[in-house]
Amino acid sequence: MVEFAMHNAWLIPLLPAIAFAAIALLLWPWPKASSTFSILMILTSFVLALAVVYGVYTQPELIEKSMVYTTRWFSMPGLRIDVGIMLDPTSAMMLWVVTLVALLVQIYSLGYMEGDPGFSSFYAYLSLFAASMLGLVLSSNLLQMFVFWELVGLCSYLLIGFWFYKDSAREAAKKAFITTRVGDFGLLIGLLSLQLIFGTLNIPELAEKAVNFQNYVSAETLTLVLVVLFLGPIGKSGQFPLHVWLPDAMEGPTPVSALIHAATMVVAGVYLVGRILFLFKEVPAAMHVVAIIGGFTAFFAATIALTQTEMKRILAYSTVSQLGYMMLALGAASLTASMFHLMTHAYFKALMFLGAGSVLHALHGKAHIHEMGGLYKKMPWTTWTFVIGALAIAGIPPLAGFWSKDEILLVVKEAAHEAPGIYTPLFWLALITAFLTAFYMFRQVFTAFFGPEKPENHPHEAPWNMRLPLIILAFFSIVGGWVGLPWLEKGFGYWVRMGEFHHAEPDYVLMGVSVLLALAGIYLAYLMYLKKAIDPDKVAEKFGVLYKLSYHKYYIDEIYLWFNQMVVDGMGKILYWVDLYIVDGIVNGIGAITRGSGAVLRYTTTGNLQTYALVIFMVIVIITLYFAFGDASFASLFLGGGK
Amino acid sequence: MSVNINYLLLIPEILVLSLGILLFVLALITPRNLQKGIGYLATLGLLGIFLYMPIAWKYTGMAIEGMYQVDKVAIFFKALSLLAGIFVTAIAPKYMEKIGYYSEFFVFAVFTVLGMMVLVSATDFLTLYLGLELMTITFIILTAYKRESAIGAEAGIKYLILAGVSSAILLYGLSLFYGLTRTLNIVDIAAVVKNNGITPAFVLAMVFVLAGFAFKISAVPFHMWAPDVYQGAPTPVTAFLATGSKAASFAIFFRFFYLAFPGIKEHWVGLLATLAALTMVVGNLVAIPQTNLKRMLAYSSIAQAGYILVGFLATDFAGFKAIMFYLSVYLMATIGAFAVATVYENVTGKEEIRDFAGLSQRSPIMAAVLVVSLLSMAGIPPLAGFAGKFYLFYPIIKNWGWLALLALIMSMVSVYYYLRVVLVVYRDEPEDKTPITLPNSIYFTLLITMAVTIVLGVYPTPLAKIAQQAAMIFMK
Repeated sequence: MVEFAMHNAWLIPLLPAIAFAAIALLLWPWPKASSTFSILMILTSFVLALAVVYGVYTQPELIEKSMVYTTRWFSMPGLRIDVGIMLDPTSAMMLWVVTLVALLVQIYSLGYMEGDPGFSSFYAYLSLFAASMLGLVLSSNLLQMFVFWELVGLCSYLLIGFWFYKDSAREAAKKAFITTRVGDFGLLIGLLSLQLIFGTLNIPELAEKAVNFQNYVSAETLTLVLVVLFLGPIGKSGQFPLHVWLPDAMEGPTPVSALIHAATMVVAGVYLVGRILFLFKEVPAAMHVVAIIGGFTAFFAATIALTQTEMKRILAYSTVSQLGYMMLALGAASLTASMFHLMTHAYFKALMFLGAGSVLHALHGKAHIHEMGGLYKKMPWTTWTFVIGALAIAGIPPLAGFWSKDEILLVVKEAAHEAPGIYTPLFWLALITAFLTAFYMFRQVFTAFFGPEKPENHPHEAPWNMRLPLIILAFFSIVGGWVGLPWLEKGFGYWVRMGEFHHAEPDYVLMGVSVLLALAGIYLAYLMYLKKAIDPDKVAEKFGVLYKLSYHKYYIDEIYLWFNQMVVDGMGKILYWVDLYIVDGIVNGIGAITRGSGAVLRYTTTGNLQTYALVIFMVIVIITLYFAFGDASFASLFLGGGK
Repeated sequence: MSVNINYLLLIPEILVLSLGILLFVLALITPRNLQKGIGYLATLGLLGIFLYMPIAWKYTGMAIEGMYQVDKVAIFFKALSLLAGIFVTAIAPKYMEKIGYYSEFFVFAVFTVLGMMVLVSATDFLTLYLGLELMTITFIILTAYKRESAIGAEAGIKYLILAGVSSAILLYGLSLFYGLTRTLNIVDIAAVVKNNGITPAFVLAMVFVLAGFAFKISAVPFHMWAPDVYQGAPTPVTAFLATGSKAASFAIFFRFFYLAFPGIKEHWVGLLATLAALTMVVGNLVAIPQTNLKRMLAYSSIAQAGYILVGFLATDFAGFKAIMFYLSVYLMATIGAFAVATVYENVTGKEEIRDFAGLSQRSPIMAAVLVVSLLSMAGIPPLAGFAGKFYLFYPIIKNWGWLALLALIMSMVSVYYYLRVVLVVYRDEPEDKTPITLPNSIYFTLLITMAVTIVLGVYPTPLAKIAQQAAMIFMK
């Protein structure tokens, strides 16, 4: 079984793809059949993924040398693209995360999407997404990865706009697609450049060549290429300044937010950078860019989350912030810390999103936390699992988030020894962010789940198929971090790493500080929102400008909107106008002169026609003139001289 | 002087000619209630000839000494022309029933295919002009088919006059060449250039020929006819213009320039690069504000011509191979999109983009095909357009980096306006929810174009190999 799964890992993405095709072509008129088939397929994938995980994590030699098998995709002289499967502890870990969350979300959606007219197509999209994401994870070639990268983007777009009758959903879908396209454009340029420089996009081959990259390219150029390429991950993983789409993406159904916009797709950017971290490592400047973007995003998004009032939006900004942490860890050259946090984050963030979905489900779409309150009485399962998620993200030991966040803080602190100018401020930002995270999470928990009940609400606990995923995820949110305990001899860091394994001593001071900060954040939230010892409105007033900036998300959306209207739409309109009026105008002017002398044009009825003809003649004249005077060797023919 | 004619190589042309004449006669003698069969016969006949093309692939050589070259490139483009003809005749019947003059349409369509097939084989001014005019004149008739509607008649007149102008320019260029070189053979021009060098008149002739071809492929700034004609012509004809006519014109454009002016490449590649850049920028940016689907597709097809022009600059077989591959992919996507437009216009009488609201609810297959086609044109992986653009842009990165970058930027811009259609189709509520039923011929056309667009994106190798083989032999 294990042997089979490892050599046929391509089945893992293929099965959901089959589910997609089957639903789209055959099963769609029968919602029950669609969902059953889809869940069956992802369940099989999950089992196969488990076998692969077992196989990979019992073979330490895969840490240094991945298991790769490939086949030719297309080739031309000087270029051949092989696609294939690449198995190592990193991709195996991702397989586990993606299949687990995808499976749970599909089960959850049975309850959540019940009765929706688009039930079947929802499962079709979910399957397509799972297939694409698993394909991305397994890719051994960056171009192959890019193809899946675009596919997950497309699914994300389809699913955000799933409730198409909502204007906001349509706008959000468009925004997501276009914003990430901006990043993808950079990614494509970066990939092409890598291909031109190294002659390959195969990850293992790149890894071999990266060591002696000076033979191929100067450090400055490589830095530039990597920074341009990094635009892709910035867009996909919602990093500043392309983060704007992610909070809006919450317009999609909540299971989608949990699966795609919290646990899996958005980490694709982190994963991609992690996959080629060996390149970044060679040029410190590129590394610094990653660290700075990540660290800043972590802090920046956390400050926005402080003042938002929609439950899913708070979670969205918290996702952006946590993704920033992961990038920061990569920027500190630690694949271990980044991937560790990626995994634990998937557990507790998916948990909280599904919890939020349960609340929305119970309150029939009421989204603002101030409209909730006292939910813990009627919805104990949802409440307590949510609290576990919040404790995990806040970094309270022994829950999962504590260990991974601690690992990140630790590696950034270590990096600060080598380049204090860059990493010391980032370390402080990361610490403050930890405090902010605990605060805004518990602001939400205390306001929505505790406090006085709202009599107009009639909440009810979620059905079993929604509760089960919550419980499983809550379990992993507690114990999921234990695979990376700092005292373990061969823990997470032994398996998922880049370069030599080095066992860092547990830093008890740092642990203590981060726990204290988290507790302080929770306590402050308790004082402000549960005990009401401090009036939140007064605080808001006191920090008027800051509050406004945060509440309006630093007005970045407005700036982009303005830019889009002015530049993109404007350019098109201007050119159309030029095409219609200026070109025609000039020509008409000439036409008028011609008309005076020639009778031919006078009797033509359609003004445009002779315009078009005249343009053709004028261009011919211009080209001839260009050849006559512009082209050096031709010019001599016309002007004499030469031979 | 006796002329050697190798009839074996001319079998496809002879078959198409016979088919055309047969349809012509049948159209006259068939009673009114059986006229429907003529459309099907045209499709099936062309399909039969298309199926012969793999056999024809093995037989290459000069069919008529010095005038008519049947090489693998020519066969490839003949197959493309036939394919365009098959699809167009398959999607046209219902549409043409409404317009009238039903059976003549198919006769002209078949002769248009013949014109294209002659054009792509021409190595001589006479055959070139013959093929070009056979194609163009039948196209003029087809364009003016909706003569009762003002916009249709206008399109016909516009195409008539402007195509006439462009033909005149081309012919003037050809006659200058004849005067300069005393030969009608394209290949001989190269020899004359080698021996005598270039004269001002020669440059003028080259510019004229270039302008003539640039008009046919609707390169900016010779593009202005295209939006008006595309919008006004019957939709199946527009599809034909955008695919068959463009592909054949590209083929002869490439053949002419590579056979006649190989020695002075450095002079005209700069000009082509400028044209390509202009075409991509104007086509894509002007497509953004369009509200009429056909007009938007017209600008998009202008933009696509710009991408294909980029392939000229590789000046080796990789570039030509890319052009051939991309034209095939583009043909599939364009036919798919126009087939949807044809049906929709026929059922609802509407062609504004906003009228396509909620198409996904009325006909999922039409919506899917439209979206796949548009996204392929935008170059979104894993659709065929992505592989095609990869082939096109990759070979020129080294020497024409800026142009490749511009092409990528413009591809990205294009997503913007393609996506708007996708949005309308999938997200908006339809005014009228009645499902649209599709005639079988259109249904198959839609399925085939979509399947090919997806399959060639995932696995482009087979077609790429064929194109490469043809291009390598040509460039030797």
